[in-house]
Amino acid sequence: MIPVEHYVVLSAVLFTIGGIGFLWRRNVIVTLMSIEIMLNAVNLALVAFNRLPSHSANSVHTGQVFTFFIIAAEAAEVAVGLAIVLSLFRIRRTVRSDEADLLKN
Amino acid sequence: MGYAFFYICAALAVLGALATIAAKNPIRGAMGLLLMILSIAGLFLALHAQFLAAIQLIVYAGAIVVLFLFVIMLLGPSASTPSDHRGRITRAIGAGLFGAASLGAIALLVTSTPKAPFGPTGYPSPPSDFGSVEAFGRIIFTQGLVPFELSSALLLVAIVGAVAVARGRHASDPNANVITGAATLEAANLPHAGQAPRTPGGLTREAP
Repeated sequence: MIPVEHYVVLSAVLFTIGGIGFLWRRNVIVTLMSIEIMLNAVNLALVAFNRLPSHSANSVHTGQVFTFFIIAAEAAEVAVGLAIVLSLFRIRRTVRSDEADLLKN
Repeated sequence: MGYAFFYICAALAVLGALATIAAKNPIRGAMGLLLMILSIAGLFLALHAQFLAAIQLIVYAGAIVVLFLFVIMLLGPSASTPSDHRGRITRAIGAGLFGAASLGAIALLVTSTPKAPFGPTGYPSPPSDFGSVEAFGRIIFTQGLVPFELSSALLLVAIVGAVAVARGRHASDPNANVITGAATLEAANLPHAGQAPRTPGGLTREAP
């Protein structure tokens, strides 16, 4: 089997790409996709670490269970996030994050 | 074989992620995201996480990417914003600092990794039911029962919240918000939807 370090490095690279996209892009949809990339990178790291031999029989699947709950939370996050994007577009006719200043004044 | 599969999946995942954040057209971005998700599902398979690979395909590729595509199609051409140079330096500094710090951390990780901590044969093989639906379900419905039930509540709240936020208000609604109506009027007068001028005082509140 491939050493876990390989997976961790790949996960870190993906997380970096997602973070750069989150900070660089101003299209709200692409920003949400960047968050997806970062969460996927975290999932990959958790599953890879879960592959290491565990010391107790109760913790064999802990990393995978974490990933399962992250996926559930992420589905909720995307649904609400895209609803907010639609609502923002209805009010402002734009999907740019820097024009979403409805709470500013 | 194992290494070849890993490197192919890793290259495709990085390629998909780069395509996602670099895409001018969000549809292409969604396709890049799909490529990354499929590659990560392949990596999950290599890590003996068959159930999670299936979940990844069903939830991400089947639901989340489709939801993204649905919203992009709903927004139409305004989903892709024209390039704008305002605030470019600030964004470049932020993204550059984050990227430099992360790359430094990765370099540290690569150089400080001990060589082959478990010997040349790799890790001991997992139990035969590792990652199977049966073993996974046993964990979720015994140790993880409370978080599992809480996550169902979370999903229910998210559904209600998404519907409530995305539905908006009808014009016939007597409680219709003034902001929504004024903004729709304001936007209807604009020739180009994507390039709305920024009103200095935010939205104008007019008497109905």
